[in-house]
Amino acid sequence: MTQPLITASDLTKSFPAPGGAVQVLAGVSLTLERGETLALTGESGSGKSTLLHLLGALDAPDSGEITLDGKALGGLNEAARAKLRRQSVGLVFQQFNLIPSLDVAANIAFQARLAGRYDAAWATELAARLGLTELTHRYPEELSGGQQQRVAIGRALAGRPPVLLADEPTGSLDEATADDVLDLMLALVAETGAGLITVTHSERLAARFGRRLHLRRGQVT
Amino acid sequence: MIRTALGALLSHWRRRPGQLATLLIGLMLATALFSAVQAINTEARASYGRAAALFGGAPLDSLRAEGGVTLADYAALRRAGWRVSPVLEGDLRVTGQSLRLIGIDPLTAPALPSAIGAALTRAPTDILGTGAMAFTAPQTLATLEGAAGLPPLRAAEGIPPGRIIADIALAARLLGQPSGITRLVLAPEQPSNLPPIAEIAPGLTRETPEAGGDIARLTDSFHLNLTAFGLLSFAVGLFIVHGAIGLAFEQRRPMLRSLRALGVPLRSLIALLLAEIMTLALIAGALGVTLGYLVAGALLPDVAATLRGLYGAEVSGGLQFRPAWALGGLAVALGGAALASGSSLWRVAQMPLLSAAQPRAWARASGAALRRQALAGAALFALGLLASLALPSLTGGFALLAGLLIGAALILPMLLTAGLALGQSRAKAGLPQWLWADTRQQVPGLSLALMALLLALATTVGVGTMVSSFRLTFTGWLDQRLASELYVTARTEEEGAALRAFLAPRADAVLPIWSAPTRLNGRAAEVYGFADHPTYRDNWPILSGLPEMWDQVARGEAALVNEQLARRADLTLGQNLEILPGWSLPIAGIYSDYGNPEGQVMTSLTALAAQVPNLPRLRHGVRSNSPAALREALISDFGLPPDAITDQASIKAFSLGVFERTFTVTAALNVLTLGVAGFALLTAFLTLSSMRLPQLAPVWAQGITRRRLGQIELARSAALAGFTALLAIPLGLALAWVLLKVVNVAAFGWELPMFVFPLQWLLALGLAVLAALLAAWIPMRRLARTPPARFLQVFAHER
Repeated sequence: MTQPLITASDLTKSFPAPGGAVQVLAGVSLTLERGETLALTGESGSGKSTLLHLLGALDAPDSGEITLDGKALGGLNEAARAKLRRQSVGLVFQQFNLIPSLDVAANIAFQARLAGRYDAAWATELAARLGLTELTHRYPEELSGGQQQRVAIGRALAGRPPVLLADEPTGSLDEATADDVLDLMLALVAETGAGLITVTHSERLAARFGRRLHLRRGQVT
Repeated sequence: MIRTALGALLSHWRRRPGQLATLLIGLMLATALFSAVQAINTEARASYGRAAALFGGAPLDSLRAEGGVTLADYAALRRAGWRVSPVLEGDLRVTGQSLRLIGIDPLTAPALPSAIGAALTRAPTDILGTGAMAFTAPQTLATLEGAAGLPPLRAAEGIPPGRIIADIALAARLLGQPSGITRLVLAPEQPSNLPPIAEIAPGLTRETPEAGGDIARLTDSFHLNLTAFGLLSFAVGLFIVHGAIGLAFEQRRPMLRSLRALGVPLRSLIALLLAEIMTLALIAGALGVTLGYLVAGALLPDVAATLRGLYGAEVSGGLQFRPAWALGGLAVALGGAALASGSSLWRVAQMPLLSAAQPRAWARASGAALRRQALAGAALFALGLLASLALPSLTGGFALLAGLLIGAALILPMLLTAGLALGQSRAKAGLPQWLWADTRQQVPGLSLALMALLLALATTVGVGTMVSSFRLTFTGWLDQRLASELYVTARTEEEGAALRAFLAPRADAVLPIWSAPTRLNGRAAEVYGFADHPTYRDNWPILSGLPEMWDQVARGEAALVNEQLARRADLTLGQNLEILPGWSLPIAGIYSDYGNPEGQVMTSLTALAAQVPNLPRLRHGVRSNSPAALREALISDFGLPPDAITDQASIKAFSLGVFERTFTVTAALNVLTLGVAGFALLTAFLTLSSMRLPQLAPVWAQGITRRRLGQIELARSAALAGFTALLAIPLGLALAWVLLKVVNVAAFGWELPMFVFPLQWLLALGLAVLAALLAAWIPMRRLARTPPARFLQVFAHER
């Protein structure tokens, strides 16, 4: 039996606030198998994004354990966590977070190059699949929101990471563009065999994922 | 990974070449001005070093005697086994320039400049005897071509400019001192078991030269002044660099966050940013050192003229490339860049990985931060004041200046914000209210440029006030000091006596100006004898004196001293001063003596002549109602050469010329610093204008035209600069006060009255407003021509 791609058990996380610490996650556990797609839903403030950040080694839980691609995150220092993100995680942010001074082609290639896994043919194919071929020499500021989000997805997939984590990737897009972007993401994830966790507010979009996890006040319901 | 991350970081500069240029130019200008000053100082000090070590290696001990060393003493010492060599020194005036003639005995000199040594070996008759040739620096030789009255000259490296070295016999003939010996140089290695010098020649005293020589010590304060100006320019330049680096870091915050999120470790990121800054600093530093070399080359002739006029120090007018200051300039560029980027790097190191993705508004700073900055400024004020009380006067004076200037600069944004808040609270209509509030919001973004402008303007006002006060005082002082209509110098004692006889029936008065060298308070000084005459009683620039001062001095019972000697030796009225060995007189008065680096004593001519029997009686001041006719008579009837007669107007013109050249360098550095501040203002306005669209778009949408918005931006820029200039005026006056009452006293030994020149204030105000208008013009035009679609994009991008 193969090991799950992600295992998280009993995660808690709180943040300091003027009136005392606010608990955002209160004992969340989940697993993600290779090739599996999972939608994280819940109201605002339910802890979806925080959970995604913990799973992506962007932040550390107060308690609980996470294993990502076979590595326990608990004992890793800053440099090792950075290496894990570089090698194993593709991240898609709601605000895209492209490098504004690099053009589309360089942005797509960026993380793959960081990880030392740049494949020019795959990057070109990705750009074509994402409908960006004509835009490869443009800079992020010259693109629409939907185009920027497609570049962000291309960047996340160019290094063929085993895990793709997306935080409301269609949150700032209109419905039609959001459908297009999600179609592409799901298709590409299926082709690469990566596991995908996506935070979304949309029930309609969540219904298209293989599994769904609903969070309420920091707990899975 | 490193290459990819570095490529991403550098791509920022590729996309913003203007910002890169700002950073490079800022650092280049800062380094250039600082290294130019260092190059000038290094060149000058090298000249002093060459002068002090004329005999090769370290300066040697000398034996001197009151009235000169006798041939008998020299012979006695040589017979006793002492390895001493005679030196005769004196001044020659050739083609209008003063040259120091140094007569040496090449056969006994402990060491010789290599050219002379080689000539001695090759053809001794060329350099020995009264018919021999003399040696001088190549650049001095170039100025003496065709000069009459000089022996054949040969260029020799290693001889300081302005000096001629010749065999002592030849020097004696040229100086008209047949058996003169100024001092005996002691060879560093001496045979053992020699009888003490005091037994052989009891009249001789041994002198050990101080490191760097007298000239180096005298000019230290001048070089310190230059260094202070260089540092000020560097500080102004650093404001630009700090602004440019800070902006680049803030604009790249989202990128830095993405890089970290995508797996670049924080430590690697910091190292890459540091490497990037240091590489840029190295490029800018190299350009700055090159530019500094050119600036120094342009300024050096004026500096050399100043040093010659003010201190009698000869400095080569040509600049040599010296690796030491070039490396120093690069180190300063690297250090400055590290200093300017320190806070930005610290913020990156502290930035949480999950911080807001959008750039934190660079132009925004919290009220608390402004208050902290103002508090730091106040603390610097206090520290400067404390340092001026606790440290030696010159260092303390500069510490006070630094505290005053930097402290005021740090307080400026807080003052501007407070003023604008007051304006906002008084505004009633919508547009003025927005204008006040919006301007207040811009202050943090403009603060670095405005601080640089404040420093440059305050320096303009301060230095301008000092120079103008000095000029006013100096002109008045020249009128008092140069009361005689003619100054004549005889060539020999016999001619001097004949001259006095010739002048007696023709002039209103003949006032001998006879002097003897002495050493007071450990330094070379001059004691003058003067005749009791109303010319002195009516005109002499006395600062303080006893009631019966002139009568006491006339009777030979008291002396007058110049201000610098009184301050240096801490002398007070009534105190006894040993003017010559075994001859002391009480001090009856202190007089001002601007421009003279050395101590000076004045006493009765009769008394001095009694103490120094062989007093040279050559120079005279002549009072006359018809100086032109008398001059003519001296030349045609008496046969005095024209260059032995100087009229009052020529001396005044020469002195004022020296004065003006003294401040040429200061003025040049001042203009350059103003230029740097203007550049800082331009880059700040350009930078802010690129970030202003989101703030201006809503105002445009509500019915203010682009043209009107542009005009408002222009007026706002002028107002901010004008307000800064208004604050710079009192700061500049404070700076002038410290310069006149603390720094000048410590550096030169004289205190000057302070006068105010309101026209200079208006000039500073005008300059500031003009600089701001020029700097804001490009962004204003850009704004007025921004297509409406760009404004609409602001709303389209809002989420």
